[in-house]
Amino acid sequence: MARIGVFICHCGENISATVDCTKVCETTAKLKHVAYATEYKYMCSDPGQSLIKEAIKKYNLTGVVVSACSPRMHEPTFRKACAEAGLNPFLCEMANLREHCSWVHEKSESTTQKAIDIVRILVEKVKHNAALQPIRVPVTKTALVIGGGIAGIQAALDIANCGHKVIMVERSPSIGGHMSQLSETFPTLDCSQCILTPRMVEVLQHPNITLYSYAEVEGLDGFIGNFVVKIRKKAKSLDEKVCTGCGLCITKCPVKKIPNEFEQGMGFRHAIYVPFPQAVPNKPVIDREHCTYYIKGKCKVCEIVCPTKAIRFDQPDEVIEAKVGAIVVATGFDIKHADFFPEYGYGKYKDVIDGLQFERLASASGPTSGEILRPSDGQKPKNIVFIACAGSRDPAKGIAYCSKICCMYTAKHAMLYKHKVHEGNAYVFYMDIRSAGKNYEEFVHRAIEEDHVNYIRGRVSTVYERDGKLIVKGVDTLLGAQPVEIVADMVVLATAGIANNGAEQLAQRLHISYDSHKFFAEAHPKLKPVETNTAGIFLAGACQNPKDIPDSVSQASGAAVKVAVLFSQNELTREPLVAVVNRMGPPMYSTCVGCFMCQPVCPYQAIEREEYKTRDGKVIKTVAKINEGLCQGCGTCVALCRSKSIDLYGYTNEQVYTEVVALLNDY
Amino acid sequence: MSDFEPKVVAFVCNWCTYAGADLTGTSRIKYASNVKIIRFPCTGRIDFMLLLKSFANGADGIIISGCHPNDCHYTSGNFHAKRRWIMFKELMDFMGIDMKRITFSWVSAAEGARWAEVVNTTVARVRELGPYVSYKQMVNTHIEEEVTNE
Repeated sequence: MARIGVFICHCGENISATVDCTKVCETTAKLKHVAYATEYKYMCSDPGQSLIKEAIKKYNLTGVVVSACSPRMHEPTFRKACAEAGLNPFLCEMANLREHCSWVHEKSESTTQKAIDIVRILVEKVKHNAALQPIRVPVTKTALVIGGGIAGIQAALDIANCGHKVIMVERSPSIGGHMSQLSETFPTLDCSQCILTPRMVEVLQHPNITLYSYAEVEGLDGFIGNFVVKIRKKAKSLDEKVCTGCGLCITKCPVKKIPNEFEQGMGFRHAIYVPFPQAVPNKPVIDREHCTYYIKGKCKVCEIVCPTKAIRFDQPDEVIEAKVGAIVVATGFDIKHADFFPEYGYGKYKDVIDGLQFERLASASGPTSGEILRPSDGQKPKNIVFIACAGSRDPAKGIAYCSKICCMYTAKHAMLYKHKVHEGNAYVFYMDIRSAGKNYEEFVHRAIEEDHVNYIRGRVSTVYERDGKLIVKGVDTLLGAQPVEIVADMVVLATAGIANNGAEQLAQRLHISYDSHKFFAEAHPKLKPVETNTAGIFLAGACQNPKDIPDSVSQASGAAVKVAVLFSQNELTREPLVAVVNRMGPPMYSTCVGCFMCQPVCPYQAIEREEYKTRDGKVIKTVAKINEGLCQGCGTCVALCRSKSIDLYGYTNEQVYTEVVALLNDY
Repeated sequence: MSDFEPKVVAFVCNWCTYAGADLTGTSRIKYASNVKIIRFPCTGRIDFMLLLKSFANGADGIIISGCHPNDCHYTSGNFHAKRRWIMFKELMDFMGIDMKRITFSWVSAAEGARWAEVVNTTVARVRELGPYVSYKQMVNTHIEEEVTNE
């Protein structure tokens, strides 16, 4: 007979403030088959867990219902505690009294009643739980890092230095990401390239890292420890092994006026190009969209001039498959571009630029070799206006969040401008200055006090042109909302950081969650900030939300450690919550009639055919069999099965029907 | 009718709507306490006989909710649920089941506020419709008919 233990947690006051826990405890103690019920302030704490362990032994419990927070939070904690007390962990269920009850309802009789009902449902369910044994699967000790920005680079190097193989996939022809575009970094004004490029080279030269640049992840199958990833290596139109990177082809290419993506459209590149001089790998690719040969069928200048004959016009895209055990997603971010700010004239006036364009202007390797010059006429701007929060923290624009990095880079921009144009005036319109971070606040103060940047607290309503000057109309809220008008030569918008283009598709390919802004979602906002909801896939950097370099690097190292932890084991244990087709003795063997309707609906091709034969090899019956290594436990086959022959461990028909009946019938 | 408290069962998937409902809690958004959630790994697991079982056991309303199209943790379970729903909806309607009592929706793990909205609108609608006593009457009539036919 079942002997169930019920453990009600107060979660400090999180549950007990709205739910009468004592009443829940007293009522559930009277339920049939409940051998023991108790309450405690913090069930997840050490004494709380000891309470459960002791009760399991003392009352010889056959099932445990921990009535606390969401099972998505602490189910592993309590299952582990049960296992330590000798109870099969799958005989432990959690009743979600916090997220689904106490936090969403007011204090009342009905809230307490709902809490009792939730516990009752789970008590009924757990009576039907089976003692399951975890499935053991091997681990492929190779990691996939998607994205070659600073986060991807850091994660790849950390994992590779642990002695594991790493495959890095980068969409563009070179790794480096946004950091390679920056001029100097706050708060130290370190040259961004100088600190980044050695790491890029390290990635290329590391014996444990295989770099696929100009490649994209096309599909993913499998599960933690055993993923199979499909990578499309886009045709570079040249043989990298033969190419020496001399660059002669680039200088001779006749197509010269393609806006350079790396320079944020402020410079030009050729059709055969290396994104920037310090690119890794430093070998060119042909942009087939713009190359004359691919458009008109003739030219081939690059092929003619190439001293090593490395050009391959007919090179196809190559799709390769690789086995990996863990994945770090570090695809970074993008910034809001044109059309978003008609009121600020972005896209209309040449001298209204975004923050990333300013980085290129200020960069020694940029289109102006580091001189701050107006894009329209190449003159030094005498008055420059920086507009912070251009798009960010603006629910009307659809972006309610803070982009986090803009306050700091705006201060840096203003400072860089003052360092380069001593006689110029820099104005910053801001909402609040958010400079949390080591030496960040001091940095902003330096901009204001030492470099005399004029900070104006208020929003800009419009930017328009008058006599070749940009008129910035705003308001100073610290002077009683006084209107301010600044005649500027140049305006820099600190536009919002947004999810990278293609983030949604990638998330769908990887089966990871993303939020309404298409940033990838972490498994838990506080305690699992680098994990995703899909086991074995981790996040690093600004693909999760906008963040600065140190945050991205720390998170990348965090993700790398998660991968290393995973790779420290030769075998993984997996939850045995898989589907199973029933079996019985002859002549039935199974109630399965062998219709195999389940086969096409299984997303994992986990359903196999099993034949029962007579001694002379004659097939008596063919029935379905589920490969538990492949099954992920979605249960689609269970609901579909016409003869009700398939069941799903953890969510058996018996369990779910019992839950429904318990839910609707008062005891 | 004013003191009628509908019983609403919610069948939700673990990865999107259950997590979304967790977020409703984390965000402290209040909603009607009439709903009780049963967790499934995926909407694809939801056997629609559970709907009939629920009504037979006195449910006044039902919510089925999972991941948005293309966001399924298991790639395609929600599509199978949707297809099953389209078929079953017609069938249940034909049988005379009040389809206004069933809400089929997508709520992602990031849509805490939307979950509260789905619950509140369903509960309000079911409250308006009153207790679902006609289901039992309907079932009983069918049984009687069969008995008399024999």
